[in-house]
Amino acid sequence: MPSLKDLKNKIASVKNTRKITKAMQMVSAAKLRRAQDAAEAARPYAERMNAVMAGLAAAAGSSASAPRLLAGTGSDKVHLLVVMTAERGLCGGFNSTIARLARLQAQELLAAGKTVKILTVGKKGREALKRDLGQYFVGHVDLSDVKRVGYVNAQAIARDIIGRFDAGEFDVATLFFNRFQSVISQIPTAQQVIPAKFDGAGVGALYDYEPSEEAILADLLPRGLATQVFTALLENGASEQGARMSAMDNATRNAGEMITKYTTIYNRSRQAAITKELIEIISGAEAL
Amino acid sequence: MAGTLQFDLVSPERRLASVSATEVQIPGADGDLTAMEGHAPTITTLRPGILKAVGSDGTKSYVVTGGFAEISASGVSVLAERAVPVEEANAALFDALMADARDAAAATEDKDIADKLVADMAALRAATGL
Repeated sequence: MPSLKDLKNKIASVKNTRKITKAMQMVSAAKLRRAQDAAEAARPYAERMNAVMAGLAAAAGSSASAPRLLAGTGSDKVHLLVVMTAERGLCGGFNSTIARLARLQAQELLAAGKTVKILTVGKKGREALKRDLGQYFVGHVDLSDVKRVGYVNAQAIARDIIGRFDAGEFDVATLFFNRFQSVISQIPTAQQVIPAKFDGAGVGALYDYEPSEEAILADLLPRGLATQVFTALLENGASEQGARMSAMDNATRNAGEMITKYTTIYNRSRQAAITKELIEIISGAEAL
Repeated sequence: MAGTLQFDLVSPERRLASVSATEVQIPGADGDLTAMEGHAPTITTLRPGILKAVGSDGTKSYVVTGGFAEISASGVSVLAERAVPVEEANAALFDALMADARDAAAATEDKDIADKLVADMAALRAATGL
């Protein structure tokens, strides 16, 4: 049986924790808004880009002279997994769901006799995958100093990926990130980016192209990759804040429950001590 | 009086303009072109330059680098990697752009394209008078 003083300390400490988790929740809520606005602002660009690229890809994709970024290297022996996670923890299952998806895929590929290379973006994913798949790491992008992810960050990552591709380091690249659905639901997603894949039918082939279609495509493919990376970063950012918000909401609620429980125990033991003292006084008086 | 067309200018991070314009002057990779209502559908890549949209309330100019423009009979969408209204452009921005261009020039084997990029940047800077 803990003493009254212990209980009191315990309650005070849980109250402090509750204040912290509550504050973190509110900070995440504010950041979530900003992240959602950023994702919203980036959408028109990404959508148009995707539509034009899909049209171009449909027109040029089948020809033999299609750029390698679109057509691939012709083999699928070496896979590059780009695992994008958060720099910080305390956001529920956010990091572990991405890591789990990436690990599953990596193990599947390894079992199928392919070579796997892993590029991590964000510290947490690196830590999560280090034990099982540490020997496959080929690089890491640190975004912990970046306050707000900008297009430049995405460009840098895309340039890194394309550099590795041009050097013949891999055949297929896949991005792993969490797609933002709502505050309580983020969907871990694997998206293949090299060879490039585009959804939708595109804008159709009635356009004049200046310069030629191939030249435009060659110019746009790296930009398309950067856009996809940027979209993934933004989705991930919004998801992270959403996950943290609901995780901290749960933590706050749990702390509240804990406080109620300990307060009840505290009151009970206090009452028991009073009753005991009273009985002692009364029986003492009766003995006289 | 020429009709108007819908002009959209978007960068990866935000939408800079979505207005109706009577003509849009675009710095295309193969040369400047002006899009007006009824232009043949065209997709062109951009070189670093100044994009002008002439509307009912005057002309708006933007410094754009990289990206492409999609022209249809009723509208122009410009997807620029970097786009800044001319009024907001300053020496620091150009310094950064020039540095980027030189980095890119140093990294690529294709000297012609890289040199053209640097030259385009320098011309752009001269054109804005900074």
